[in-house]
Amino acid sequence: MKKSIASLLLGTALAVATAGAAFAQDKTVKIGALSDQSGLYADLGGPGSTLAAQMAVDDSGLAAKGWKIDIISGDHQNKPDIGTAIARQWFDVDKVDIIVDVPNSGVALAVNNVVKEKNGVYINSGAATSDLTNAQCSPNTVHWTYDTYMLAHTTGQALVKAGGDTWFFLTADYAFGAALERDTTAVITANGGKVVGGVKHPLNTPDFSSFLLQAQASKAKIIGLANAGGDTTNTIKQAAEFGIVKGGQKLAALLLFLTDVKAIGLETAQGLNFTETFYWDLNDQTRAFSKKFSEKMKNGAMPTMVQAGVYAGVRHYLKALEALGGNPHDGVKVVDKMKSMPTEDDLFGKGEIQPNGRTIHNAYLFEVKKPSESKGPWDFYKLVGTVPGDQAFTPLSESKCALLKK
Amino acid sequence: MQALYAQLLVGLINGSFYALLSLGLAVIFGMLNIINFAHGALYMMGAFMAYFLLNLGGINYWWALLLAPIIVGIFGMILERTMLKFLTGLDHLYGLLLTFGIALIVQGVFQNYFGSSGLPYSIPDQLKGGVNLGFMFLPIYRGWVVIFSLVVCLATWFLIEKTRLGAYLRAATENPTLVRAFGINVPRMITLTYGLGVGLAALAGVLSAPINQVRPLMGADLIIVVFAVVVIGGMGSIMGSIITGFALGVIEGLTKYFYPEASNTVVFVLMVLVLLVKPTGLTGRAA
Repeated sequence: MKKSIASLLLGTALAVATAGAAFAQDKTVKIGALSDQSGLYADLGGPGSTLAAQMAVDDSGLAAKGWKIDIISGDHQNKPDIGTAIARQWFDVDKVDIIVDVPNSGVALAVNNVVKEKNGVYINSGAATSDLTNAQCSPNTVHWTYDTYMLAHTTGQALVKAGGDTWFFLTADYAFGAALERDTTAVITANGGKVVGGVKHPLNTPDFSSFLLQAQASKAKIIGLANAGGDTTNTIKQAAEFGIVKGGQKLAALLLFLTDVKAIGLETAQGLNFTETFYWDLNDQTRAFSKKFSEKMKNGAMPTMVQAGVYAGVRHYLKALEALGGNPHDGVKVVDKMKSMPTEDDLFGKGEIQPNGRTIHNAYLFEVKKPSESKGPWDFYKLVGTVPGDQAFTPLSESKCALLKK
Repeated sequence: MQALYAQLLVGLINGSFYALLSLGLAVIFGMLNIINFAHGALYMMGAFMAYFLLNLGGINYWWALLLAPIIVGIFGMILERTMLKFLTGLDHLYGLLLTFGIALIVQGVFQNYFGSSGLPYSIPDQLKGGVNLGFMFLPIYRGWVVIFSLVVCLATWFLIEKTRLGAYLRAATENPTLVRAFGINVPRMITLTYGLGVGLAALAGVLSAPINQVRPLMGADLIIVVFAVVVIGGMGSIMGSIITGFALGVIEGLTKYFYPEASNTVVFVLMVLVLLVKPTGLTGRAA
């Protein structure tokens, strides 16, 4: 009996030892790119984000060092229930380590909970809501690229300071629109402005004329567009038709992507002011990356900031794994490592990940070029100003993230 | 009150698209007994055709208004000849599934090449600008859409209900064998009718290109509403689909004013109510 217990203990010890050894040498990684693959956000994330993740893996050079990194992609169709179902399946069945991209704040927040529950890693680039690193922050989550706080404190603030002190909101009726309206309203009132009205429209609305007429009737100086993607392009196009800008009101496209400008056309979009954290034509590094990216896209599209964020996020994740010497398959551990290393890549430059999961990097104020100033099919932006990361994003002192109370 | 007038007018504009699209569906269903789920995809092809004509061939909006429906109509007739024809006499469900499949394939192909956010198409110079009506600023182009689609709708109704050709067509639906005995080429007539219905969808597509984005899913987003319009109006009723098209546009416009959050669902609520009270639709005859 004694002997058998002893051998049992020995066996357990051996098993633990081998498990430990396997842990140290485990160099397999599975990345899941979860996005809207066919709807109104597919061009700003979608297949381009999967490509960006793949390029990040290729450029990391880890394959040559014996790592085996796979990427799978999924279509959440802008539905939180589908998004969480895919995320659960990925963690439980497909053994995915990390989920990236996830535009649509509604889906993003839902997936945030699943990743935390399953102790995976979550690098969100596509969603806007600042709640991801604020009230609903998670030790498993890193939010790259942009958020509603940043948009409000750059574009929103610039417009209020330029004299736009009365606002009317056109808001997409879900988590993202609500967050963007909330954060922008805070900036407006803090700067002495006033919100005179607003209307909430369903996501993916083809016709905005009713809402635009209400905005026109409000006589507000600024019509704030708290929507995104196809909704924003439709609003801007139809606002031009109803003579809103000619009538003296100004449109605030709080969130505008490269692909949106392409869809609106410079004729209508010229002169719009907005903020992004990445543009393909910023410097030599961004141009080099974007050229490679564009050559691999079916329609030759340049990368959006969301896709760039996926690239940069995956690169940083892989750097952290390399520094750990293997994949521990432990989300919190990997994210802690990512937070402990300063971020640096060709697309966003130098930055850091704050304890609440927020990545800090520069934000850029752009203006859409006139058709006569554009020299190529994707030559759209003029750089107007640069906002340093610590001024663009939520200061830690204002963050309600529970992780900060430790 | 002024705002209300404006919303009514805006509703009428959207109603024009519903009317044009549901009219095409009604023609196809009434004459061919096919529930054409590919209608949205064909509408989208009409818009894309306008874009291609302009950007590849330098052909302007006015010619596109004529050419795009013809080109897409021919595409529709090929579909009818090569596929739909074989479903005659089978349950409606087969036609529905086939056309739904076609719609998915067409949309998928376009999405593959053009992405989802769409392409710009600007308003023709002659129709740019707008007029101040006192209660609202009406873009000239939108006014044009209402008038033009009204004319097209009424012309189609006249063609089918009041002309000899229309009479043949209706007779051929009732009893193809007998009509054939009179020396009329019924299969060709059916092909042409499908082409007409498809052409109407493409025409609506061209009309909407300058207002909405030209994008692969523009039809998919709209078609469900249009089917609700057809169901409310009564399947296969020409005049019914025209009137309900415009009326529902107006009702939707009012909802956007009074309770915008419900503007996407109001049409379906109405559909349920109508089906409960009068299952054949407002103007439909019992099958």
